[in-house]
Amino acid sequence: MTDYTWLVPLPVVIPLSAAGLALALYRRPNVQRLVTVVALALVLAASVALLVLADEGPLVVDVGGWAAPVGIDLVADRLSALMLTISSAVTLCVLLYSLAQGGEDDEESAPVSIYHPTYLVLAAGVANAFLSGDLFNLYVGFEILLAASYVLITLGGTGERIRAGTIYIVVALLSSVLFLVAIAMIYAATGTVNLAQLAIRLPEIDPGVSLVLQVLLLLAFAIKAAVFPLSAWLPDSYPTAPAPVTAVFAGLLTKVGVYAIIRTQTLLFPDGRLDDALMWAALATMVIGILGAVAQDDIKRLLSFTLVSHIGFMVFGIAMATDLGYTAAIYYVAHHITVQTALFLVVGLVERAGGSTSLTKLGGLAKLTPLLAVLFFVPAMNLGGIPPLSGFLGKIGLIEAGVQLGTPLAYVLVVGSVVTSLLTLYALVKAWNKAFWQTPEEPRPPVRLPFGMVAPTAALIGVGLLLTVAAGPLYAYTERAAVSLTERTPYVEAVLPDGERGQGVSDDVAEEQP
Amino acid sequence: MSPNIVLVVTIGVLFAAGVYLLLERSLSRVLIGVILIGNGANLLFLVAGGAAGRPPIVGTEPEGQMSDPLPQAMVLTAIVITLGMTAFLLALAYRSWQLHRHDEVQDDVEDRRIARLAAVDERAFTDADTEIASDTLDVEAAEARDETDQGAPARETPREVRP
Repeated sequence: MTDYTWLVPLPVVIPLSAAGLALALYRRPNVQRLVTVVALALVLAASVALLVLADEGPLVVDVGGWAAPVGIDLVADRLSALMLTISSAVTLCVLLYSLAQGGEDDEESAPVSIYHPTYLVLAAGVANAFLSGDLFNLYVGFEILLAASYVLITLGGTGERIRAGTIYIVVALLSSVLFLVAIAMIYAATGTVNLAQLAIRLPEIDPGVSLVLQVLLLLAFAIKAAVFPLSAWLPDSYPTAPAPVTAVFAGLLTKVGVYAIIRTQTLLFPDGRLDDALMWAALATMVIGILGAVAQDDIKRLLSFTLVSHIGFMVFGIAMATDLGYTAAIYYVAHHITVQTALFLVVGLVERAGGSTSLTKLGGLAKLTPLLAVLFFVPAMNLGGIPPLSGFLGKIGLIEAGVQLGTPLAYVLVVGSVVTSLLTLYALVKAWNKAFWQTPEEPRPPVRLPFGMVAPTAALIGVGLLLTVAAGPLYAYTERAAVSLTERTPYVEAVLPDGERGQGVSDDVAEEQP
Repeated sequence: MSPNIVLVVTIGVLFAAGVYLLLERSLSRVLIGVILIGNGANLLFLVAGGAAGRPPIVGTEPEGQMSDPLPQAMVLTAIVITLGMTAFLLALAYRSWQLHRHDEVQDDVEDRRIARLAAVDERAFTDADTEIASDTLDVEAAEARDETDQGAPARETPREVRP
């Protein structure tokens, strides 16, 4: 078999190099755009290739040829490759949308010369976090994407964005410090930060200590993923950013946190001592998040609250800690990335056509632009979980897994998730009725939606529908991913073939040591 | 190996002071809090690396006496990241001062609107928590400061700033 491991670092290397190039070309906006689009298209191609290749077994690269526990390694297994593919498809669509928006109007939300390099750095950080096989490299990946997100959320520096950005940044910094403390503690306890080696060493240390480490890591990731008691920052900060930025944040950033929770829960702490606590957190996230959404009047904030609420579904799947649970959770992450991003892009179009995001001011959009009504309706029903769309399939998978687990708490969660779906449907139908069907306060002039913005939105909705049509193979893929996650050995053996060292060439020094 | 007690106590003090400052409203104090907590985490890495020792260069030093180089490399990375974030937060605080003449983090306007709606629903009883709907939301949000100037709102008109 040909060695394809050279593909693994590409999703990180290409956007980072392109970011430097785009920054150098700040005087040539057209070339800058070309560089960004080409780079992200290449990342998408590399991710799809990894998705196919990783089905055979994890691909491992020891960076710089340093053997794994000493050097840093990048690992593309089924879970990482799937996340990478979905996220690069989403980043590409959102970029095309923002290009068209920048071409259409010259308002401050339009891309400025710093936008493209920052966006590429964000893509590189997300890819680095997904591929990292090392806890400290995961931290670096988080910091790369967070630093880029700080710039994007305060783009233009208006008063409102500075206010929202401040809250976002301080909370993110706090979670980074928590993560850093967790890494230091883990290093003190085990003497390594390599995920595969940690998987071998953590079961050997004192159970109390390992529980503390697990709590610390979960706290850090739960802030990033916006799990309930730690989610208050999200609906406050996301809605003020430009529409494409909000869309990519909503789609990707919280899911990186969810990915980190899945990875550490399965690989490092498989004994599941915190599963009950996670179940309760999932229930609270679902119910309280959606109750917040029902109360909202601003459609962007409404969607931000549904985002928080649906993180609860993924945490529910993780907390079950069974193959079925992980399968459904991974499928749900893929579904939710596409549908939530698509909805935020549509809201960008709604704001354009209706001149506002307040549901009391909007109205009559169905008559004004029937196309926009269709664009909103499909992902809204998808998020609400109407059969046969992918949201329904993900939820039915979670409910099935919960019933199969059969504990009283799992049944409570099953009921909670059904109630949450119904309330999601209620909140979205309310938004649909108010924005598209009520008589507007004052008639709006007819608008032409720019093709360049409609096409990427429609493409993303198409990806969502593809997840439905291709649900059979995809669900089988996530099931294989879940099985190898709970087995743990494929990952560990791929990184450390002999249980000691990776495939790098630096082990000659180690042999001299006792 | 038992950790150095001086380092451990220093870490505790740094974290306690940092958390206290993080809870303030003024962004400059939050910034100092972030720096203190960040330095506490960096010191924690030094403790995690074990006792200090000889430089870790194979061939020139006896292997048993070397210090562990890995945590120090990680601390260097963390220091650089903290430096970048500090610079960004400073810029943010300055921008906030440019716009509002203070650097305090303001309340969420939408939250207040929802709270006000809820208060209207519950006119049956009035207590200290019921909001009086006299000011506009923006004025209310601007007044919700509690440190400098004893909560007086920023009355100065914002300076013209180049976009």
